[in-house]
Amino acid sequence: MKTWRMGSGDPQRNAQGRLCHLLTLEGLRDVEIIELLDTAASFLDLGSRTVKKIPLLRGRTIVNLFYENSTRTRSTFELAAKRLSADVLNMAIASSSVNKGETLLDTVDNLLAMQVDGFILRHSEAGAAHLLARHLGEQAWVVNAGDGQHAHPTQALLDLFTIRHLVGPIHERVVLILGDVLHSRVARSLIQGLSILGCPQIRVLGPRTLVPPELVHLGVHVFQDDRAALEGVDVLYALRMQKERMDVQPLPSLEEYHRRFGLTPERIRLAAPGAVILHPGPMNRGVELTSELADGPQALILDQVTHGLALRMAVLARLAGGSG
Amino acid sequence: MEGLARYIRGIRILDPAHGRDELGDLVLAQGCIQDPQTFPLDQIQEELDGKGLFACPAFIETSFQAHTPGHGRDGDLGSELRAAAAGGFAQVLLRPDTNPVADHPGVLWEQRRLADQEGLLRVHLSAALTHALAGESLSELGRLVDAGARAFSQALQGIPNSRILRLALEYAADLRLPVFLFPEDSTLAAHGVMDEGPTSLRLGLAGRPMAAEEIGVERDLRIAANSGARIHFPHLSSAAAIARVAAARHRGQAVSCAVSLHHLLLQDHDVGYFQTAFKTLPPLRSQTNREALLRALANGAIQALTSAHTPWGRDWKGMTFAQAPFGIGTIEWTIPLALRLVQEGVADLLTVLGLLTVGPARILGLAVPDLRPGSPADLCIIDPDAAVIPASNRWSRAYQNPYVGWPLQGQLRYLFVDGRLVYLHP
Repeated sequence: MKTWRMGSGDPQRNAQGRLCHLLTLEGLRDVEIIELLDTAASFLDLGSRTVKKIPLLRGRTIVNLFYENSTRTRSTFELAAKRLSADVLNMAIASSSVNKGETLLDTVDNLLAMQVDGFILRHSEAGAAHLLARHLGEQAWVVNAGDGQHAHPTQALLDLFTIRHLVGPIHERVVLILGDVLHSRVARSLIQGLSILGCPQIRVLGPRTLVPPELVHLGVHVFQDDRAALEGVDVLYALRMQKERMDVQPLPSLEEYHRRFGLTPERIRLAAPGAVILHPGPMNRGVELTSELADGPQALILDQVTHGLALRMAVLARLAGGSG
Repeated sequence: MEGLARYIRGIRILDPAHGRDELGDLVLAQGCIQDPQTFPLDQIQEELDGKGLFACPAFIETSFQAHTPGHGRDGDLGSELRAAAAGGFAQVLLRPDTNPVADHPGVLWEQRRLADQEGLLRVHLSAALTHALAGESLSELGRLVDAGARAFSQALQGIPNSRILRLALEYAADLRLPVFLFPEDSTLAAHGVMDEGPTSLRLGLAGRPMAAEEIGVERDLRIAANSGARIHFPHLSSAAAIARVAAARHRGQAVSCAVSLHHLLLQDHDVGYFQTAFKTLPPLRSQTNREALLRALANGAIQALTSAHTPWGRDWKGMTFAQAPFGIGTIEWTIPLALRLVQEGVADLLTVLGLLTVGPARILGLAVPDLRPGSPADLCIIDPDAAVIPASNRWSRAYQNPYVGWPLQGQLRYLFVDGRLVYLHP
């Protein structure tokens, strides 16, 4: 039976197709991502100047609306906004006070009444950023800084930036994502970004409870055997084991995870020569990878943080700089 | 109270109870269908031209949430019965998942009082099988029968403890009412908010595997088989679960099942980017499963269709997908949605109408509605060709509607209950 379906318009674009929110990488065109990465590259040396500020967003007000704890993401967004000369309002709303009654949209409406220009939202529930963007339309822009297990587009963009900047063209590199892919918004967004930029092979590795075969629907090759998965890999992306997101333990222990899938110098030798290690942080040393590797030359983990700042400046410039 | 004596001339008469589909005249008088050959014409007070229209028995809804008792913001008996009337229903069975739960005779007395006060449709009551629907201890089923319960029901709650289920079914068997179960392995379903599949994976939402329903059906069937209870699954979503019910019926077990129109018309993919209008329980499943449900409908494996009417008001619109409550409240669009199945060639018109009339009546042990002289004048007059494009609900307080913008056909023109005109399309 042919059933008539609603045109599912992309909620991060306006009627003319212009990107007016950044909610997910799904549906972005390669040129749009490359433009963001190129803009980020132009901001990269700003940090080494004495005056680390440009007036691009002077007079704009941006709200950092964080319903979930974050160190890196919140502080890099704040710094990115300030380096672009925007005013930043930090709202860290402990998840307990969400239940006091005011809904996300009511909170936002109150902030909107204070004439703010855009929101950076982190929320523990998937779809929160979409809900907000649908509510706001073009009144204010929204950047998704992580929604539940759904998406974390700026993290993925900074990862793509790091690979492109320090490793080489993405369409020539094999990437392996290790760990809790099932519960990871970082992995979902990264897989989408890598696909859009033509990564020839995206592999995922972990126990079946965290890396189920159904992940092939996301366009990845699923591995349960570490030796096969590591062979010929250029980029190793270790995900954080997030015990707090698992309602039933899908692993006997983190030690056992480390024994089977943790990155060690021995395992790295199975990958392509010169393979690098990325991690979205915060890291569990001795679980996802050994300290030896985390502090070694192959780890680009701190570069990711530096790039995150430039990349978030590029995103804010793109969304806030375009209008009004 | 019994309405005007009406003569409806030249109308297509569809009477699924007798397989009748023919052009003819209908007379409604004294609350009943009358024989047009013998009814004295001088007593007719109004004549209607049936050209281009069809008449069929009014529908029966087996899963109807009117939030009575309840808060009121999500609808009440007044708003939701009007929505049901606009959907062509003359009879509804109230679900017991009200607030408070219908597990005490006082709740049923109050529902009866309010239903009589509305006086719009025939309202049947169901009683919670277990206290607070928690599946832990039996309600006072005997007292609830005395208070007017026509079915025992678990609404949208499973009974995790198999021993409690067994006791409940055995106890209910003596009281001879059908038992409506929500079959699900609740530990496997866990906190899933949509079907487990590519869409839940893409959106990072917790999935509710279809296997949870299949295991639930298998268990409930086995336990019921020895209990003597007549059971009904009011909203199955898995084609494999329906096949198990069909096999049990073939073995002679007293079991029936219904499927909601939503599961026949919508699928998990429609959730798109977290559209809460599509959040329902059991969840919308894959396209493959939906197509199997349509085949099951065509093969006669489904005993009734339901709108699974579960309205939620506008307070819930700002919720994320996980926070939003389960349920779709679109009973007032039932006719164009059901006719869609006919237009798409899934089943013929008499079959679809039978699943909204004969099927639910048998499940509830009600008189099978038909259009023969002497039967109560509960009937719909429908214009099958009128274009209908659903928008916001007009009657129900349900704020969302997943069918907005669908190009549909089929408009209820008149609904008669006991010969009274209770709905007239403007």
